[in-house]
Amino acid sequence: MYGHANNVLQCAAWQNEIMPRVEPSEKIMDGMDEIFIEFLNEANEVLDKFDRDMVELENDPSSRALLDQIFRGIHTIKGTSGVLGLDKLVSISHCGENLLSKMREGEILLTPDLTTVLLTMSDALRQILGCIAQSGTEGDGEFSALVESITAATEGRKAKRATARKPRKTAARKKSSVGSDAAAKNTAPPAATMVAEPAPDPVPAAKPKRKQESPAGEIKTQSEPPAESQVSSIRVDVGLLDKLMNLVGELVLARNQIMQFTTADNGTAMSAAVQRLNLITAELQRGVMKTRMQPIGTIWNKLPRLLRDVARGCGKDVELNMDGAETELDRTILEAIKDPLTHIIRNAVDHGIEPPAVRVQGGKNPAGLLTLKAYHEGGKVNIEISDDGAGINTEAVKQKAIERNLVSPAEAQRLSERELYNLLFQPGFSTAKEVTNISGRGVGMDVVKSNISKIGGTIDLQSTPGHGTTLKIKIPLTLAIVPALIVTSASNRFAISQVNLVELVRLEGAAALSAIEFIHNSPFYRLRGTLLPIVYLDRQLTGFDDRGGSHRDVITIVVLQADDRLFGLVVDEVKDSEEIVVKPLGNLLKEQKCFAGATIMGDGRVALILDVMGLAHKAEVLGEQRSRTNSTAVQKAEVKAQLDEWLLVKAGRKHHLAIPLARVDRLEEMATSRLEWSGSQLVVQYRGEIVPVISVAETLGFSVGQELPPVVAVVVVSWKGRRFGLLVEKISDVVQAQITIDKARQSQYLKGSAVIDKRVVDVLDIDGIIANTCSMVEELETAVGQGGR
Amino acid sequence: MSKQFCTFVLDRLLFGIEVEKVQEVIRYQEMTPVLTAPDSIAGLMNLRGQIVTAVDLRRRMGLPKNEEGGLPMNVVICTSEGAVSLLVDRIGEVVETEPETFESLPDSVRGEVRQTTTGVYKLEHGLLHVLNLGATLDGIVTSGGSPRTMAAA
Repeated sequence: MYGHANNVLQCAAWQNEIMPRVEPSEKIMDGMDEIFIEFLNEANEVLDKFDRDMVELENDPSSRALLDQIFRGIHTIKGTSGVLGLDKLVSISHCGENLLSKMREGEILLTPDLTTVLLTMSDALRQILGCIAQSGTEGDGEFSALVESITAATEGRKAKRATARKPRKTAARKKSSVGSDAAAKNTAPPAATMVAEPAPDPVPAAKPKRKQESPAGEIKTQSEPPAESQVSSIRVDVGLLDKLMNLVGELVLARNQIMQFTTADNGTAMSAAVQRLNLITAELQRGVMKTRMQPIGTIWNKLPRLLRDVARGCGKDVELNMDGAETELDRTILEAIKDPLTHIIRNAVDHGIEPPAVRVQGGKNPAGLLTLKAYHEGGKVNIEISDDGAGINTEAVKQKAIERNLVSPAEAQRLSERELYNLLFQPGFSTAKEVTNISGRGVGMDVVKSNISKIGGTIDLQSTPGHGTTLKIKIPLTLAIVPALIVTSASNRFAISQVNLVELVRLEGAAALSAIEFIHNSPFYRLRGTLLPIVYLDRQLTGFDDRGGSHRDVITIVVLQADDRLFGLVVDEVKDSEEIVVKPLGNLLKEQKCFAGATIMGDGRVALILDVMGLAHKAEVLGEQRSRTNSTAVQKAEVKAQLDEWLLVKAGRKHHLAIPLARVDRLEEMATSRLEWSGSQLVVQYRGEIVPVISVAETLGFSVGQELPPVVAVVVVSWKGRRFGLLVEKISDVVQAQITIDKARQSQYLKGSAVIDKRVVDVLDIDGIIANTCSMVEELETAVGQGGR
Repeated sequence: MSKQFCTFVLDRLLFGIEVEKVQEVIRYQEMTPVLTAPDSIAGLMNLRGQIVTAVDLRRRMGLPKNEEGGLPMNVVICTSEGAVSLLVDRIGEVVETEPETFESLPDSVRGEVRQTTTGVYKLEHGLLHVLNLGATLDGIVTSGGSPRTMAAA
């Protein structure tokens, strides 16, 4: 039973990943359902509290604070039900609210009878909530008698029906301390009696029997079966989740350690147990990570209000459109993007969207439109904020940049669009003509950018004059456990987050001797024709400059991205890529800008995590002056970047294939022994996932049934939120080229052929090739879902 | 009111920390150096999954290197910002002190010691230096760049 339920859950989760886009109409329904569920949970909580408070109030009728709390509770239910169009709930809670408000004014004093009436109301509300949970409607329960008795109480009359019911109820409640069965069977109020006891000790000896049932809410389920189905979520202390996360982090480390031991000693029973431990740990890690995930909607919810205030503040009319509010993110990241997001939205309304009159002149809807969009892509979360405002005035930006001495007038004319937009993220930059109280003080976008960089994210701006601006933020899903590259330098190990990693370059022999060139004292490497500033990690760390001894036999350059600039970090050796648990550095080391934290490696020793931004700053590869003197090089890089980048691979004996680099997640070399079969599908365990591996040569019919070499290259790509590996013989190169695809050889798997670097290559159609294996993948998932238990 | 001190030896001097501030005492562990950090930071160590910064007390106090050889010991202190380890030569006993025997540092004592020591208890067999923990640790952060980082600049 248990296993089965799990399978269903897992399949459901996979299905979500495989089919990421739901029809819009369905989504709205989903959204509504979510709101309803949230309301039901909340309302039930409010009612439970209402019962407790009510009983406490009976003991302490003079407590104004309690009465206020009770009133607020009912008011909340009334308000939300009104919004959701739940008329019965509204009318009943409205009556109750009237009664309570009279009580607050001191016109009516609480009597046991009144308490009963109010508690009966709470039961009625609960009953309706139960119906909603079950059938989605308020049900056809009749509550006019209740309403009548409440109204009567409000008006100070005695309602006949209500009085008739009262004595029995009261009797039951009074009897509750005796613990009779009748009282236990009664609806929620007695339960509340128990919960409301401030300290468990003074409970009379006769109570315990019922006391066991009451706090868990069993009584509620006893009297109202429908309510049972609602308890599908519980509230958990965030501190506890953080603690769990830390413990899982420890477990991951312990697992890594154990894995290291077992590779040396290959006992089969042991390695099987370790394999299991490995799988379970990975799954547990994923599960716990998931508990920390929250939909981005939780911070978006506050935006409509903010938007309204800002829009009114500057006399504009703005509509907000949100798409993908269910996209989930780790809560620490969610916390971190809250402020930047607020800032961006203020900016968009204040600077982006024009006043209604101007909009009408421009033939636009007088109300501006702000669109928020969030979605997962390639293991990251993308957030897009677009407005349909005036766009960015590039001339104004240029003027301002010249004014602020960021560029010379001559340089300004040469700046590419992207460089211009990047200027907006410089400190102290604002194109607003006047400073408003909302934005335009020149603090802002630079802070937004640095906040986003801090969590390993990037921000990109696109703008069309007259049509609006789009900001695209890419952030990692989580920060607690991150994939990292382990390198050595100055006889120490260091971890570099994969988020910052662009590529690795290894130079040997003659190439190593002449590869690093100098402009005065600054080292550079020519990476595909562009000068890449070089930073020696050991020199940065030890401060020891051994320029004379800089000739090494082998040079390993880790190409990193800091902000939007690339630089090459020379390390002694690249060890491995590993999932690491990020731990903060103590207070004594907070000044160490080069390090973002530390982690414990498989052997139990500590390794420092490099802070790529901090390192770049320390090495001054991002420094203001350096970047300006380099602007021509950067410009060239920009031009290059507009060309497409292609990954060239070899498949089969002689076939050269090109894969658009933009589609490639990672390149891996692995031992053929790591490849396993699952059903008829070749798979590999990769970062805790089972990744289907597609042999390109075989699919294209180059080499059917050929023996694989001992080491193969796998190009990891994402397709609809899943990872896939493309098995090739060799990864040849990355080239930048504008190619024309000759469609003569177009097929199911190929887009056609083209000439790259004077060689004919076939351009692979990734979607085609994966879609074809997809049916196999589904089979695989079902198989894994069952086998994993 | 008598006070209990956990004592340790540094360069033949007897030092003491209030017992309640000491989390544990452990043998020397392998450290990961933090090359850019001030000299008095000995490195980072893994204390049952917790990453603890170790302070080389000899360097912090401007005392010479330990010539006697032998590995230092870790006195792990709990601070409000987590655990910190102090590297000392040798661990002594827990000593009970009487307030009458306390004396603040005489003016004639100079150097880094003034900052890191609040005073001494006059014990039967010698003087017990009371470590000023707050100042000792704060000094590391505020003293800023080490000679090594200076050279890099």
